[in-house]
Amino acid sequence: MSDVFVRTTWAEPLPPPDSSVGVKGWIRGNLFASPGDAMLTIAGFLILLWAVPPLFNFLIGDAVFIAKDGAACRVEGTGACWAYIWDKLNFFVYGFYPPAQQWRVNICFVVGALLIVPLLVPTAPYKLVNAILFFAVYPVMVLILLRGGMFELSFVPTENWGGLTVTLIIGLCGIVISLPIGVVLTLGRQSKLPVIRTLSIAFIELWRSAPLITILFMASVMLPLFAPQGMTVDKLVRAIVGVTLFEAAYLAEAVRGGLQALPRGQYEAADSLGLNYPKSMGLIILPQALKLSIPGIVNSFISLFKDTSLVSIVGIFDLLNTVQSSTSDLRWGSPHQAVTGYLFAAFVFWAFCFGMSRYSLFIERRLETGHKR
Amino acid sequence: MAKDDSTRTPAPKTAFYNDPVIRGRIYQALVLLAVIAAILSIAHNTAVNLERQNKTTGFDFFWATAGFDIFFTLIPYSRASYYWEAFLVGMLNTLLVAVLGIFFATLIGFVAGIARLSGNFIISSIATFYIETIRNIPALLQLFFWYFAVLKAMPPVRESFIFFDSIAINNRGLNVPRPIFDGHFHYVVIAFLLALAFVFVLRKWSIRHLEKTGQRFPFASTALAILVFIPGIVWMLSGTQVTFDIPQLGGFNFRGGVNLPPEFVAIVVGISIYTGSFIAETVRAGILAVNWGQTEAAQSLGLKSSDRLRLVIIPQAMRVIIPPMTNQYLNLVKNSSLAAAIGYPELVSVFMGTTLNQTGRAVEVVFITMLVYFTLSFSVSSLMNWYNRRVALVER
Repeated sequence: MSDVFVRTTWAEPLPPPDSSVGVKGWIRGNLFASPGDAMLTIAGFLILLWAVPPLFNFLIGDAVFIAKDGAACRVEGTGACWAYIWDKLNFFVYGFYPPAQQWRVNICFVVGALLIVPLLVPTAPYKLVNAILFFAVYPVMVLILLRGGMFELSFVPTENWGGLTVTLIIGLCGIVISLPIGVVLTLGRQSKLPVIRTLSIAFIELWRSAPLITILFMASVMLPLFAPQGMTVDKLVRAIVGVTLFEAAYLAEAVRGGLQALPRGQYEAADSLGLNYPKSMGLIILPQALKLSIPGIVNSFISLFKDTSLVSIVGIFDLLNTVQSSTSDLRWGSPHQAVTGYLFAAFVFWAFCFGMSRYSLFIERRLETGHKR
Repeated sequence: MAKDDSTRTPAPKTAFYNDPVIRGRIYQALVLLAVIAAILSIAHNTAVNLERQNKTTGFDFFWATAGFDIFFTLIPYSRASYYWEAFLVGMLNTLLVAVLGIFFATLIGFVAGIARLSGNFIISSIATFYIETIRNIPALLQLFFWYFAVLKAMPPVRESFIFFDSIAINNRGLNVPRPIFDGHFHYVVIAFLLALAFVFVLRKWSIRHLEKTGQRFPFASTALAILVFIPGIVWMLSGTQVTFDIPQLGGFNFRGGVNLPPEFVAIVVGISIYTGSFIAETVRAGILAVNWGQTEAAQSLGLKSSDRLRLVIIPQAMRVIIPPMTNQYLNLVKNSSLAAAIGYPELVSVFMGTTLNQTGRAVEVVFITMLVYFTLSFSVSSLMNWYNRRVALVER
């Protein structure tokens, strides 16, 4: 009998070829996978080479960070004039709020941050208490603190509010007031009662078809006409009413997505338990539907937050309007004054919106039940 | 056989207000009453307020002389024109921005959306950077940036940037050449239309040919050849001449050509770039939504990569893309009203701004403007719904 060779130990697998792992493999796979790919890479690289160094020089390299006035920024060859932003920062944040009273705004910022962070962390306890504090108590506190006129706080009319403060106030009011209205509208739209359904659909479609700017115009021109004689409506309140109703129509559609994603069985289960309409909605349907529509709600909140900038058109000094009006300040007059101002405002809006969109992605991933590959 | 009713328990006797049907009617009646009461009270307040301000109502102002100038019009308009002409000018300017914006935004969106999915790291990074930055910055801010920081900061007329000796950019806008066609040009147009009709017939024939024989007719290249050559030959034969009216610097401004004011350029550029970033995400989501198995199935059928995209992936992706794309188009149409903020004379600026201020007919003007936007939104969404029904999955 001939000898039979049987291997008793496991042969170590060969390492993958040098060209498919490590830095070299990554470059080969992601940059030079094919001749066309290589051309794209070169084209992209040229674009970066063309755009990045001048941008870097403008933003950081040649930028003026510290200066007393625009003289330093007027020098030929300088980039962004950050000193101007630094000088105007107070105006951008508080608007015309009296400097001696600005601590009131700061308290609102701090309390708001303290309340919203645990609300957004899914594992933080006492969600209900937290939500009540943020959505019901906090707005009242902000109103009393900022407006004053009671508790020995001096009165500050809304005309003096401005900057980031007003942007955040309109955003906050938008979400806090429009969410309940939106939920009621959605439920109305899904209702079996024809009159309620028709009215809800008409309201939602009408507001959704018009641009926000016309609604703001309408709110600022028509609301005083609609109000009973002798009643004046504050300019900021008019804008907030316009933004809120507009946002409510969009939120209604976001929540409808959640309601429709809920299996029928949930409705039937609620019915079979003998729950009446308010109980079945409040205890079974809405908690699940709202959870499902969080990404949609956050997305429409992002667009609401960006749209708050439109109130500058009807003459409210929000962040964009303070920046826009400060670009004509002659003390800081320089060729790059406007660009610097817009870049700053863009960065602030971007930071808020990008943060919210990441949060929405995070929630989406948490709610993912694993049906995807 | 009819079932004996006596075995069924009769419906329990309840008070009428516990009967869901009656209760529903009561609720509806109450809501309706509340809405009517609210509307009546608003109407009453408005009438009282208007009377107190001694303001007349009605739509007769449409036939009054407008008395204000508009610097960018598509139809003849002057200070002596009527308000309805001003209204028309504003509406056409809105439509112009909407159409151009939809075209460019779709172009940018498709390129950026596909680029973000590219396996090439640099290309996908650039696309991601564009999308994530632009999407999160308010449209109005971007508009201000393009208008005040870019176009208004261009050099004065005498130091214009000039490209190819024919396109000039300065702080008064963009000057581009205007083509001038001589008397024979309509032959070329007719030839082009005929060629288009022929291509349409050819397409029908090529599909039937494919179904009958299985032979693929090279449709795309043939169609392109027909569309280029037939009008081209007619052009040669008819001796049509096309000259260009090139902007020339003369005196204080450019003469000749077409001057596109900076307001117009800013709104078209701004809105296309802004909406493009949203369309890019829509396109990306649509392509990702097509199951990988579809690509594998197409590969196993032996389709080459261009056919795989054209016949398998894109038709399925379009189904997912169309509904959100409709929303983006609607947003674009609505966002075109932002141009009012930089003084481009579109509907909101001309009508809700100047006309409202001059006539004081707030209720009528707001009502008509809302109606126009409602009609515009409704037409765009109907058009897209019609297209959506055509590409939608036909389920058995």
